[in-house]
Amino acid sequence: MSSTAVNMNRSTMTEKMLKVFKSTLSKITNAMLLPVIGITIFVFLWSIAAQSIHTSLGEFPGPNAVVKQFSSLYSEHVAERDKAEAFYQRQDKRNAAKLAKNPQYVTKIRAYTGKETFLDQIITSLITVTCGFLVAAMIAIPLGIWMGLNKRLNASFNPIVQIFKPVSPLAWLPLVTMVVSALYVSDDPMVSKSFLTSMITVSLCSLWPMVINTSIGVSSIDSDLLNVSKVLRLSTFTHIKKIVLPASIPMIFTGMRLSFSVAWMVLIAAEMLAQNPGLGKFVWDEFQNGSSDSLARIMAAVVVIGFIGFLLDRGMLQLQRKVSWNKSSVSV
Amino acid sequence: MNLTSTVTAATNNAKKAFLDISHIDMVFPTPTGGFTALKEVDLQIEKGEFISLIGHSGCGKSTVLNIVAGLYQATKGGILLKNKEVNEPGPERAVVFQNHSLLPWLTSYQNVELAVKQVFNNTMSKGEMKEWIEYNLKLVHMDHAMHKRPDEISGGMKQRVGIARALAMQPEVLLMDEPFGALDALTRAHMQDSLMEIQNELNNTVIMITHDVDEAVLLSDRIVMMTNGPEATIGEILEVELERPRNRLSLAKDLEYNRLRSDVLTFLYEKQRKVENISTKANVAPSTLKKSVNEK
Repeated sequence: MSSTAVNMNRSTMTEKMLKVFKSTLSKITNAMLLPVIGITIFVFLWSIAAQSIHTSLGEFPGPNAVVKQFSSLYSEHVAERDKAEAFYQRQDKRNAAKLAKNPQYVTKIRAYTGKETFLDQIITSLITVTCGFLVAAMIAIPLGIWMGLNKRLNASFNPIVQIFKPVSPLAWLPLVTMVVSALYVSDDPMVSKSFLTSMITVSLCSLWPMVINTSIGVSSIDSDLLNVSKVLRLSTFTHIKKIVLPASIPMIFTGMRLSFSVAWMVLIAAEMLAQNPGLGKFVWDEFQNGSSDSLARIMAAVVVIGFIGFLLDRGMLQLQRKVSWNKSSVSV
Repeated sequence: MNLTSTVTAATNNAKKAFLDISHIDMVFPTPTGGFTALKEVDLQIEKGEFISLIGHSGCGKSTVLNIVAGLYQATKGGILLKNKEVNEPGPERAVVFQNHSLLPWLTSYQNVELAVKQVFNNTMSKGEMKEWIEYNLKLVHMDHAMHKRPDEISGGMKQRVGIARALAMQPEVLLMDEPFGALDALTRAHMQDSLMEIQNELNNTVIMITHDVDEAVLLSDRIVMMTNGPEATIGEILEVELERPRNRLSLAKDLEYNRLRSDVLTFLYEKQRKVENISTKANVAPSTLKKSVNEK
């Protein structure tokens, strides 16, 4: 009698374990296995399609060629760093020798002027996009809050926002270039004109989603909360700090995430034309270069651009989760 | 009835009531012209009085409350609080809103703190403020969940915090807009008991909107019954002279209690019966009659 009970217990135990095992297995399948299968299928189709496309620069690069270019881009980076190191060593030696001959000699230290490697260009791009985005945010969020609080201001500004929002960065760029070269005249410039041009273009294009989302977030605050503020007679500043900002944080961050994606897309185009030494310039230079490796290198850049864009979006999402009081409003 | 109410109003005016709602009209602009929601609402309230406003939905109870709160401006007439005209919202007329309206990103403590800081910034030290906030949360029995956010506590608890926030402002008049309307019956009874307990201690001047006849009779000193809109006004005022503290169980068998209750019910369901109900019944009745005839 008791042995059958034990047996029953055991069988239910194993059933339970099986269930747990199955549910974890399905979780792993959903989170890991399916994406891997998707990527594998994509790579497979890509390599087949690539083989059948012949361009004037040779065959369209397949996955193999791109992976090869990644390693060569990295080794180029290492080689360039070695060169720079060697240059500075030589310079130090020369300066030391000159100082030994003539103690009054004022040493000149020149910066290495080799070409930027792929990694340098990624970093330049990241810096440019961050600066452009921050400038946009500093203008857009206060403006959005103001528009959200004031219906008349909203009515007068909204058409302008709606008209400028769909403008392509390529249309802005020539104007920005001319304005920058006319106004930014300095013998000892802190940043290069090309950097400023791309940054401003990025700002101009990433401004609008933030303005729109912030103003919608602010204007759609629950009227009960606004009544609380009125009954408490909060000053405008306290009202914004204690009620408006926290209430609209989820919408503001949605706008910021949209803007950051736009900024990253715009940046590549802007760098291409402004010749700012970033990923856009890399793509353009490789296109102009037209060697047999060029297409594979551009494809490598495409993969990197996509991956960085994805990581930036994830970063913003994490930030949004951290500052948002309403966790349910944060979705992928 | 009309004559006596105007007479009492006149004598009250002579005495200068604590809160004087004086001959208020409220007209809302609509595309097709003005909609007169309130007409000649006139009510004088003494200090420490507990007033219930009762009436069918849409009769303008909330409008009256919002005018007293200063959130709306009356089209005609006005509000005098201690002989000063009211024309903007302020913490001396604290409001408990129907759906608690706590700031969802602040804890219970911080929600009350926002109000306390605003009202007592110049008169209280930091330590005194902390004590005062905790005292008020204790008063509504919420001291155990002081540091929880609204989404972590139940509906009744949220409403308690809302009441604590209003009480913490030490208002001259406490305005409550169906404070327990969104709660289930058991929680509501519990909250009513708590409110009576608090009222016993603080003796605030309260105007409360309610739909609940029992709630009105149980809590109030006077029940103000409003006629149906448009052009809603005060229909009857019922004095509730039941002894305090009141107990809902012993009152259930009390004759006076039941008389008051049936007075309110008569007003609501006979004198001010909603017209729509009658017309729908009129439409339904003949067909059911026919059916029963056919069946026979």
